[in-house]
Amino acid sequence: MAGLAPMAEARRITVTGTVQGVGFRPYVYRHAVELGLAGEVSNGTEGVRIDAVGSPAALDELCRRLREEPPPLARVHEVRVEAGTAVPVGGSPRLGGGFRIVASRDRGRPDVPVSADVGPCDACLAELEDPADRRFRYPFINCTDCGPRYTITRRVPYDRPWTTMADFTMCETCQAEYDDPSDRRFHAQPNACPACGPQLALNVPGGAREDTTPGALNTAVRMLRDGRIVAVKGVGGFHLACDATDPAAVGELRRRKARDDKPFAVLVADVATAHRLCVLDDEAEAAIAAPQRPIVLAPRRSDSAVSRHAGDVASGRGDDAASGRAGDVASGRAGDAASGAAPIAHGVAPGLPELGMMLPPSPLHHLLVRDVGLPLVLTSGNLSDEPIAYRDPDAFTRLGPLVDAVLTHDRPIHIRCDDSVVRAAGRPDDPTVRGLGRREAPGGRAAGGLQVLRRSRGLAPEPVSLPVRTAVPILAVGAELKSTVALARADQAVVSHHLGDLEHHATYVAFVEAVAHLSHLAGTEPELVVHDLHPQYLSTTYALELGLPTHGVQHHHAHIASCLVDNGRDEPVLGVSFDGTGYGPDGTVWGGEFLVADLRSSERVGRLRQVALPGGAAAIREPWRMALAWLAATEPGRLAELGPALDRRWEAVASLLDHPRTLRTSSAGRLFDAVAALLGVRSTVTYEGQAAIELESLARRVPIPADADVGSASRTSRGAEGSTDPDPELRVLDPAPLIAAAIRARRSGEPLEHAAADFHTGFAAATARLALEAAEDRGLRAAALSGGVFQNPRFSAEVARHLRAGGLDVLTHRAIPPNDGGISVGQAAVAAARTGSAG
Amino acid sequence: MSAGQEVTREQRVLDRIEAYRRRRPRLTDEVVTLAHGAGGKASAALTDAVFLEAFRNDALAPLADAAVLELPNGERLAFSTDSFVVNPWRFPGGSIGHLAVHGTVNDLVAVGARPSWLSVGFVIEEGFAIADLRTIAADIAEAAEGAGVAIVTGDTKVVNRGAADGVYVNTSGVGFVPTGRSLGAGRVRPGDVVLVSGTIADHGTAVMLARGDLALEADIASDTAPLHDLAEALLDAAPGTRWLRDPTRGGLGTVCNELAQAAEVAVVLDETRLPIRREVNGACDILGIDPLYVANEGKLVAVVPAEEAEVALAAVRGHDLGRDAALIGEIRDEPERMVLLTTAVGGTRIVDMLVGDPLPRIC
Repeated sequence: MAGLAPMAEARRITVTGTVQGVGFRPYVYRHAVELGLAGEVSNGTEGVRIDAVGSPAALDELCRRLREEPPPLARVHEVRVEAGTAVPVGGSPRLGGGFRIVASRDRGRPDVPVSADVGPCDACLAELEDPADRRFRYPFINCTDCGPRYTITRRVPYDRPWTTMADFTMCETCQAEYDDPSDRRFHAQPNACPACGPQLALNVPGGAREDTTPGALNTAVRMLRDGRIVAVKGVGGFHLACDATDPAAVGELRRRKARDDKPFAVLVADVATAHRLCVLDDEAEAAIAAPQRPIVLAPRRSDSAVSRHAGDVASGRGDDAASGRAGDVASGRAGDAASGAAPIAHGVAPGLPELGMMLPPSPLHHLLVRDVGLPLVLTSGNLSDEPIAYRDPDAFTRLGPLVDAVLTHDRPIHIRCDDSVVRAAGRPDDPTVRGLGRREAPGGRAAGGLQVLRRSRGLAPEPVSLPVRTAVPILAVGAELKSTVALARADQAVVSHHLGDLEHHATYVAFVEAVAHLSHLAGTEPELVVHDLHPQYLSTTYALELGLPTHGVQHHHAHIASCLVDNGRDEPVLGVSFDGTGYGPDGTVWGGEFLVADLRSSERVGRLRQVALPGGAAAIREPWRMALAWLAATEPGRLAELGPALDRRWEAVASLLDHPRTLRTSSAGRLFDAVAALLGVRSTVTYEGQAAIELESLARRVPIPADADVGSASRTSRGAEGSTDPDPELRVLDPAPLIAAAIRARRSGEPLEHAAADFHTGFAAATARLALEAAEDRGLRAAALSGGVFQNPRFSAEVARHLRAGGLDVLTHRAIPPNDGGISVGQAAVAAARTGSAG
Repeated sequence: MSAGQEVTREQRVLDRIEAYRRRRPRLTDEVVTLAHGAGGKASAALTDAVFLEAFRNDALAPLADAAVLELPNGERLAFSTDSFVVNPWRFPGGSIGHLAVHGTVNDLVAVGARPSWLSVGFVIEEGFAIADLRTIAADIAEAAEGAGVAIVTGDTKVVNRGAADGVYVNTSGVGFVPTGRSLGAGRVRPGDVVLVSGTIADHGTAVMLARGDLALEADIASDTAPLHDLAEALLDAAPGTRWLRDPTRGGLGTVCNELAQAAEVAVVLDETRLPIRREVNGACDILGIDPLYVANEGKLVAVVPAEEAEVALAAVRGHDLGRDAALIGEIRDEPERMVLLTTAVGGTRIVDMLVGDPLPRIC
């Protein structure tokens, strides 16, 4: 270690971004000591502040490392250096010797977002499984590299007294670790051990309570192996768990939860198990193993998609039960050896070619899944579409009737946070997802064919950089389904965790709480509130009643804006905004829109042909109604012939088609629904997007044709539909030929997967053709694809390929969901651009 | 900053949200739209910003179904008015004539009055058939007799062809509130029970189908009926009854929202207990309409103390017009000013006030 150089200099370095709760100060300490710097580091309300004295070269090197090699969980936004002052050798008394970490300063306005929650690190997992370690099998082990963060934080700065760990007093050993700068638990706020930390308890309704950690864990494991359903308190709320290979248990869970078909996620013990169940490329593997521990949707292996609850598997489980603790997956393998692979029960994700898998998001889940020795269904602890339970009394009340036991613990969850969902594969262009998978300097982006579909636990509240700077703090309240809220200040937006469907009262409460909590964490009270134009979204009502200046942003513009933010761009693009439903300012329901948009403005230059939305929301729940609407619009002469096959009420619904109170829609999502119903894939849905998802699942079995070009299969024209089109300047995509093809395919008995693939290919070509024409018209160089329809991997890939072939730069979603979960950040960006200056 | 201050700040945000929730909706429109007549938020905004603003006085301020005015001798007079513009003017179960009488009578009943006298005014489009006018007059006479009221004054105007849609009828009514009877949102308490006197959404559905532009044939008749006897039966059996309404335009969902706002309580309805005819449910399903927002013309919604709920239900069910009555929910203190619907699967959905016509919210 070098002493102070004669030419020493003092610098104040402020590091902003996600730099608290990520082991940043110990990291600074280690590097400062290594570089022979003196001084101190502390957490402040602006971020991490370093006062360092040393040679200019050493100081420069420290700044370089801060920028380019930050600790793995940190997200460095800015490293700000205040002009150095030459100081005499020896420096000031305060900076005179060595380097130290000082307690948090707590003044002024907090500017530090809290880190997201982090799954267990390898070092902690090693200790967890080491019988000699004092935390052997302790479900709450954590360190500065891992553990709960956002969900336990009551206020900032992130310090133990302001977390739900405040009531646990550390034992001497833990306190010593916490105080030792060289220890990996130095200032690990949730630091705990079996002697002083949280404990498990198992409540069996009408039965005994196990209130020792080993007892609760062992009983829960035994119950899961017996095919029972157990509620498990996780990081951001309760899950419902059962043996994913047991069709009876999975069926029972569906029955009790009143959830018909919506897929369940599966908790797997390790990457090897994930590989056995699904095809994972490098990016997908990196994502599933990433510290954020998202649910990763990946294509199933065909041999694992078949459900057979084979007797040999059952006996394998019996053997393990007899052997006591099964701390590894050997038990699962015993069954696998005979059956090929642990078969996931059909009911886990009925009819779908993908499986959502997750590695243990906490040490507790790690112990559970290893001890059970089989993949576990891990689905949100709620009834149907309600928000997940996260407080014990609520869990006992709401989940008690659904489960055979509740495995809980005494570390409270302050903020409810659902699992994040990421899709692997299906994006052949070179996508990246910030903060997931392997990190590549600079900018903390990881390579990966990944798309975040739900940004929640592990990802929220990581701030999102805006390409513009807002003049005033902005609250954006999002849409209605998949609700999130965002708080923007300067050139950053903090986006909340996934809240859910606002129509449910508990979600609405969570929404109101999230607004208050985000305002608090960011230390900002919003001065402008931004909302959707839909007058009946509860978020709109809320925004208008808040008493602040308000600003409305059109739904599909917000989608395109969210895609621009995701790509760090602010320039006019041809936006293709395809989703299910959004409020159009012209009194129709939008959803198949071609916009010329940047962050400030948006002009509709094209759209899908309009048809009736017969029965409003009922037409969304019942895709056959959309089939009827498209039939009537394109093949009116054949309605009487084809209608009866759709539904016995077809005539009554047909009479709604031209009714004055029936809304008209240009929704692309509804077109997918219509085709799914026309092909007989699905005529009613039990969850949002089900018909389109199943149609895509069929199409996926057929390779994308290499020679498809944009000229075939469909028509686009200006002022199509004859006199029915109100705006002759608008380009209209008329999918009539695709509808006709679907009808022909159904009648000819062509394999469904070919008809489904043909529709995808034809619609993608038509979409791309209109987009290319409109882009050329306006001299645009780039296109942005957004909206829930672009969660469809095949459709997205085909559209993107055509647009690229046509010479456009194609922007797609990576870290911000293309669905309505991204609307809040899009709204915030539009309002920022309109109020502020380019940043 | 202490934890206490932090709590205060978070509370301040919540308080501000709460304070603004209390406000009535603002009127931002430049011209009147059909939404302003649909009975939802837009209607409330128009009424507040234009009419209440211009006419403000103590008797009008509660915006009840009828004004209750104290006479020098201490008697309490109830006074109400209503206009009827239904198309078609004749529908299964009644006509505009029946509606014109029942609507005003029921508004008087809702404030606890016994209706006595009615006025009738007509606005008639040139070309309207005299025979049809006779029919309407006969229906008015029939309905007035059934409701025990006399038509004591009237007016007729004829407008140019195209300036009105057939015929519009206005009625005003006067009645008296018996001594000792006191109804109002202010008396509603958490723990009280919500009663509805029969199946919901019959009238609105019948009228929609009667327009004849839908290929829907269902045996659905309007429930138009005078509620004076039914109300007396209820109030005799359950003298502690807190509040009464007839859920006409905007339906049960809207009047429950108005109750929640006025009484500063939560109204929690149980979906599985809502009485609704199978045919009505089927028609609403096809039309994509929520029966909670569909008009009724012969139903009472009452809030009664829990201890009187069963006797109130029995009394209402004992009356011809109340055979399908049910206890459908309860009053809670939280969440204030909201209407919740506990669904068949155990979820809890927010029943918001409509802005205008229902739009699909889901994507």
